[in-house]
Amino acid sequence: MSAAPFAGSPGVAVDEELDCRGLPCPAPVLALAKAARGRGDGAAGAVLAVVAEDPAARVDVPAWCRMRGHAYLGADAADDGVARHVVRLGGAV
Amino acid sequence: MSSIPRPAWGYGPRVIPGPSAAPSSSPWIDLDSASARPLHPAAREALLLAHEHGYADPRRLHHAGRRARQLLDNAREVVASCLGARPDEVTFTGSGTEAVHRGLLGLARGRRRAGGVVAHTAVEHSAVLHAADFSAAEHGTTTRVVDVDPGGRVDLDALAAALEPRDVALLAVQGANHEVGTRQPLADVARLAAAYGDVPLLVDACASVGWEPLPAEWSVAAASAHKWGGPPGVGVLAVRKGARWRDPSPADDRGDRRALGFEDVPGAFASAAALQAVLAESEESGRRVAALVDRLRTEVPRLVPDVDVVGDPVHRLPHLLTFSCLYVEGEALVTALDGAGFGIGSGSACTASTHEPSHVLAAMGALTHGNVRLSLHPGTREEDVDRFLAVLPGIVARLRADVGL
Repeated sequence: MSAAPFAGSPGVAVDEELDCRGLPCPAPVLALAKAARGRGDGAAGAVLAVVAEDPAARVDVPAWCRMRGHAYLGADAADDGVARHVVRLGGAV
Repeated sequence: MSSIPRPAWGYGPRVIPGPSAAPSSSPWIDLDSASARPLHPAAREALLLAHEHGYADPRRLHHAGRRARQLLDNAREVVASCLGARPDEVTFTGSGTEAVHRGLLGLARGRRRAGGVVAHTAVEHSAVLHAADFSAAEHGTTTRVVDVDPGGRVDLDALAAALEPRDVALLAVQGANHEVGTRQPLADVARLAAAYGDVPLLVDACASVGWEPLPAEWSVAAASAHKWGGPPGVGVLAVRKGARWRDPSPADDRGDRRALGFEDVPGAFASAAALQAVLAESEESGRRVAALVDRLRTEVPRLVPDVDVVGDPVHRLPHLLTFSCLYVEGEALVTALDGAGFGIGSGSACTASTHEPSHVLAAMGALTHGNVRLSLHPGTREEDVDRFLAVLPGIVARLRADVGL
């Protein structure tokens, strides 16, 4: 099943959605980092999303993007209302 | 010789022998002075003396009462002169938190007619946030939060916008931040507060008193003695003469009309002795400790990849450094560093009772996991910093390897 497009910005398709429901900090950032690494050299430009209740994700996902050269696109909500954070990978993973 | 370790605060390195199983060559080093400092030797002496001579009720007119009154008045005078206040502006409270709570609620009460808004920066101590919540629930005030920049300094344009409706009863802006060390531009803040209808300023100075002079811009100020080497359980509430502060607590019949209950005369006296002593040493110790913090600030991101050094690079307290390590749990870092012989603080969610990340780090957009707060003290040695820098990279690398990164 493909992930829903990012609601915060029309036309942004999500390439991969990570489910971190119920997991504590820093699991959402770890999941993003591992998914980004898994893409290797072809990571740049891919759009990843992480679904997480962890209140720290709201701060830590944008901070991860700033530190690692990715772009934080914003947050929307998954079907069940849980926050979904969306990023576009930069060059460095 | 006694086998009891001599608390060496102020006389040399502050070390606690490691667990008896471990070799004593690596003592445990406390780098968490912003949480608490041991009694300054001057305070220890003063505390014993005041327990002996100042136990009586300072309101009593007999010999012992007069002696207690003398010690209390003396403590008030010393603390007032250290803070740039008048003695009758200074009240001893049971904690810094109590001073912040009563300071805030008293200004909200005194300024009820001027406005129903309690304004504070996004990085104030939770004591301010809780007092504002209490005021909202019990007295119907509303709370207006003023944003800070990524370094943690208050955004002066946002502050002007917050004051512009002229409905603000009081503005709470800390002297410096307890978690990241960032100093606030109190002179600019006070100018704005004065321009928009003489809004009184509550300055929570708990993090900075003992390290640097209290800036003069407060209407109400709060401080906490155990952070400068006084005993725990002593706070200071300073209320400027003429400030629109009305006691939010039931009245009491003490000599100081703001005091609640029988004063802790020994605690106040010992706190005053410690404050006088640390301020006399603060220029030298501040300079020395600032050089060590500068070194940590340069070396930590050089030695450890993917570190977010947090706080204003220039406007900051001399003894405090905060950084966050990507992919690492704060709790795991606290435990691993404790095992390696270092006591540190952390603002990460997993180290908090609420499991919420630090609102200070969040307001600054700083990474909240893997957070380390180092707060040095006058006894911290160069070799302690060397050893910390030697063990940190390996610990972070191991914790990252444990989670597959």
